[in-house]
This record gives sequence, C-alpha cells and structure tokens, in this order.
Amino acid sequence: MVELKTELFDALASVDRLRAETAFDRALAEAPPLTVIETLIVPVLADLGEAWQEGRIALSQIYIGARVCEEMVARALPTPDRGQDGAPCGAIVVLCDYHMLGKRIVGSILRASGVALRDYGRMEVDALVDRVVADRLDILLISTLMLPAALKVREVRDGLARRGHRPRIAVGGAPFRFDPTLWQAVGADAMGETAADAIPIVQRWTESPR
Amino acid sequence: MTTSLDRVVTTLGHREPDRVPVFLLTTMHGAKTLGLSIRDYFARAEHVTEGQLRLLARYRGDCLYPFFHASLEVEAFGGETMFIDDGPPNAGEPVVRDPSAIDTLEPPRVADCPGLARVLTTIAALKARVGDTVPIVGVVISPFSLPVMQMGFEAYLDLLYNDPDRVARLMAVNHAFCVEWANAQLTAGATGICYFDPVSSITCVPRARYLETGQPVAKRTLARIAGPTATHLASGRAAGIVGDLADTGTAVIGVSCHEDPAALKAEAAGRVALLGNLNGVAMRTWSPTEAEAEVKRVIAAAGSGGGFILSDTHGEIPWQVPDEVLLAIRDAVDRWGCYPLDWVDGDRGPEPAS
Repeated sequence: MVELKTELFDALASVDRLRAETAFDRALAEAPPLTVIETLIVPVLADLGEAWQEGRIALSQIYIGARVCEEMVARALPTPDRGQDGAPCGAIVVLCDYHMLGKRIVGSILRASGVALRDYGRMEVDALVDRVVADRLDILLISTLMLPAALKVREVRDGLARRGHRPRIAVGGAPFRFDPTLWQAVGADAMGETAADAIPIVQRWTESPR
Repeated sequence: MTTSLDRVVTTLGHREPDRVPVFLLTTMHGAKTLGLSIRDYFARAEHVTEGQLRLLARYRGDCLYPFFHASLEVEAFGGETMFIDDGPPNAGEPVVRDPSAIDTLEPPRVADCPGLARVLTTIAALKARVGDTVPIVGVVISPFSLPVMQMGFEAYLDLLYNDPDRVARLMAVNHAFCVEWANAQLTAGATGICYFDPVSSITCVPRARYLETGQPVAKRTLARIAGPTATHLASGRAAGIVGDLADTGTAVIGVSCHEDPAALKAEAAGRVALLGNLNGVAMRTWSPTEAEAEVKRVIAAAGSGGGFILSDTHGEIPWQVPDEVLLAIRDAVDRWGCYPLDWVDGDRGPEPAS
C-alpha cells in the first residue's frame, strides 16, 4: 500500500485522473473498499493537505484531487454515509460570503473518506442558528474566507448558546491560518489548517459524541 | 527634502533611500476618519479623497491608495456589491453562472461604469492635492484572477483544467477591460498600477500551470499598461516563481507573510522589488511592542540595499486593526528603517509575534 500511496499522491498532484483511478483500482483488487479508504485515500488526502500547507502543491491540485477521490469512492462505495447509522448529525456551511471553494473541497474530502455531512450552502448568522437548532446538529463545520466572517463565528456560538444548544464547531479558512489563536477567540472547538484536517476532527467527534 | 515619491523611486531602483518606504494600505479606515459607514464612504469620490488625505497625514505613509473595493470591477460586468459594517465590500453572486455565457461576454467600457468613474474622480482630486510628491497607487484585478469573482473559484478551476478555448476567450475579454481600466487610472493621475493576481501564486496554481496561463496573460497585459506596475499576490506565496513574475515586466511583488522575505529577496536577485509582508489579520491584536518587533524583523530580513517597501501581506489592512497599531508600525519605521541599516547584522530583533 505504501507504493500505491506514492503513486496516488503523484497522480493527484499531477491532476492525472486516469493514473489515480489505476492506483485506486489496484488497491481495490487487494482490499475491500472501506480498508482502501482508511489506508489509502485518507492518508493521501492528508499528505496533499500537508504539501499545500508547506507550499509544495497548489490549491487547484487539492481541489481536483479531492474531486477525483470523491468520485472514485462513490463508484466503489455508493452509500458511504456514516450519518445513517446513528452517528452524530453534522453539517458544513459557508458563513456570510460567496467564496464556496473551501467548503467544496472539505465536503469532497469527507465524502472520499466515507463521511457524509449535510451541505447548508451559504448562510447568514441568524438563519444558521435557526437551522442548527432545528436539525439538532452535533457537529458544525464552518468555512470562511474573510476576517469579518470568521469573527461572526462568535455570534453563531453565542446565538446557539442562548437557544440552549452547544454543537461542536470546527472552523477553517484563511483568517484562521493567519491568526492561529483566532479559532479559540471565536469559540470554536477545533480548527483545520488544511481541508484534510476535517477528517480526524469529524472522526474524533463521531467516535466520542457529547 | 526627500519626498515619498523620491523614496519609492530610489528603492525600486534597488538603491537605499533615506529610509524604508512604508505603504500602509488602508482603505476602509478612511470611513472611520470621516465617521461614515463603509457603504456611505465609498458612495462618493469626495469622501475617499478626504479620507485618503487624512490617513496620509495621520499615518505618514509613502503612498495614497484610492482603491475602493475589488467588486467594482464585477459591477462593471453587471454584478453587485455586498456591503457589511466591518469589512471590505464583497462581490455578490457570480455574473457568469454558466460557462457558455463566456461565449458572448464583452468587455465593459470604463466610461459606462459609475463606480469606476468615482475612482477616477478620486485619483484626479488626489493628484491635484499632492502633485508628484506622493505616489498614487491605482488598482486593477488581473484578467487571470478576476474570474474568481466573475464565476466563482470552483467553476473557474473547472474551466482552467477542462475548457482551454473558453479560458482563452475569457482572458481576451478581461485583458481588454483591464488594460482600459489601468490606463484610465494612469491618465487620471495614478503614478502606477497595482496588478492584483492571487491566482498566479503557487498557493493557487502550480508553477507549470502559471507558466501556461497566468504568466502569458500578465506579460500581454502589463506590456499594454502605460505606467509602472506592481504585482500583488494578496497573501499568496511566490517562492519559486519570483523570477517568472519578474519576467512579466512588473517592478514589485507583494509577498506573503507565510514566506521568508530574505529568501524571496535572494530569489529576486535585484530584478524586482518586494512589498510586504506584515500579517494584517494578526495585526489587529498586536501591542505596540509587538508591532515594533514585526517591523524590525521584516526590515532586517529584506531592507538592506533597497528594493523593498514595508507593507501588509494582503494589500488591504483589515478594518479591525486599531489606530495605535498603525501608528506604532509607522513609528517603528522611523526607529529601525533609516538607512544605512547598520544595526541589522548585529541585531535582528526579537522573535516575531506571529
């Protein structure tokens, strides 16, 4: 599997869909889909995220790579939704602006990892609070690009608290990378420096619900 | 007496002026100085003119920055601007909702766009006040980066990787608009043009893709802009493409706070100057002592020999950055930025605050 990890990483970084599918199919010939997801897809997506953080690959490669992985996993495992089996209920949202790419990449990476979250699209603070309460969410992932939107996570947290609801909130996006203390200042429970960080965060919270 | 323009021209010639030039790229802070909302402030050229002059007097920077907001260019293409109380106006929903719309897209005329006219009026008024003493920095969004607002980043990346013909057509439309918009600002009195091109950074696309796309677009566009240009990557990384960026004809690169200015300066090798790279997001919670330490660190890394302008990493200082931090940054430039930088080799200053 180590050789396949290198092969898949290189294929995704090269945006070579055919080569990526060949590596994935070779892995599927050796192990069942869930094992391939756990031992190949998830680590390679994490490696891609780390490479982006270090400036070795670009956002476009992460985006295309996540899409390719999502499609491959959907082909091998058509219904990977762990949310159907009594696991905590989660959703992902863009807060207050129209920059949707980060949410799209995180959503693809989570689906490629066998995790399905509800997609809330783009929402303002009050509407988001209403919907989280109505859906009785346990996990909320918030993507932001602009600093003012990142600061509004505090309003989401406080609005939910006033309604007696305290889901776990993970945040991601540029403002949180520029100020590593910001996620705590706005009342989040975790911060993802890369899109792939969402995988262990959601898995951890899924395995140990409040 | 050395003027700000003298200082900037000297450093762009890779020589040491009297001190490190400082571009405090404040836009929304002008609204604070006039006691206006951000929406009301940007609604009238007189507001921005007065705001910029007040900011120049208060913070003693080395440029005027009559940049309103990037979404003005999307307005020119029929889009809308979303205003908020505490941050930059943002582009609303994409105007190119389907790639097929690119086939009939035409470049808007600058004269037909009221928002762009307000910017030109502002530049002309500032030029009348400062003449040739302070650089007036005009702004365009590069043809290669504008599609992020025109159609959304996700749809644009799909286009970049899957539909080269429509990419070429979109670049042609945006190129025509960008050249006219840049030259209109120069005619109005801008000293130079800041060409915002974050998609060309290695944060967004790999170097190979940049060399096939963003770089040729920049070469064509900058060649037709009738004045000096600076390429700003708006916090995107430049390591490994500094020489490629210099090949476009740009005179300055705005660089990321996530990179080492000393390494980038070595890569620039005297071919292009650097602008940056104070962390604007972290800046909002700095103490004056932390601000001084950051200024000292960046000057120590990139100031020697000229070819450097101290600024923020993004090309716009957040609304949340308080007055006292901006004043502390400016005071620190007086304290640590006067040439020759004799203190640099022996004292690179305390560890950075972020």
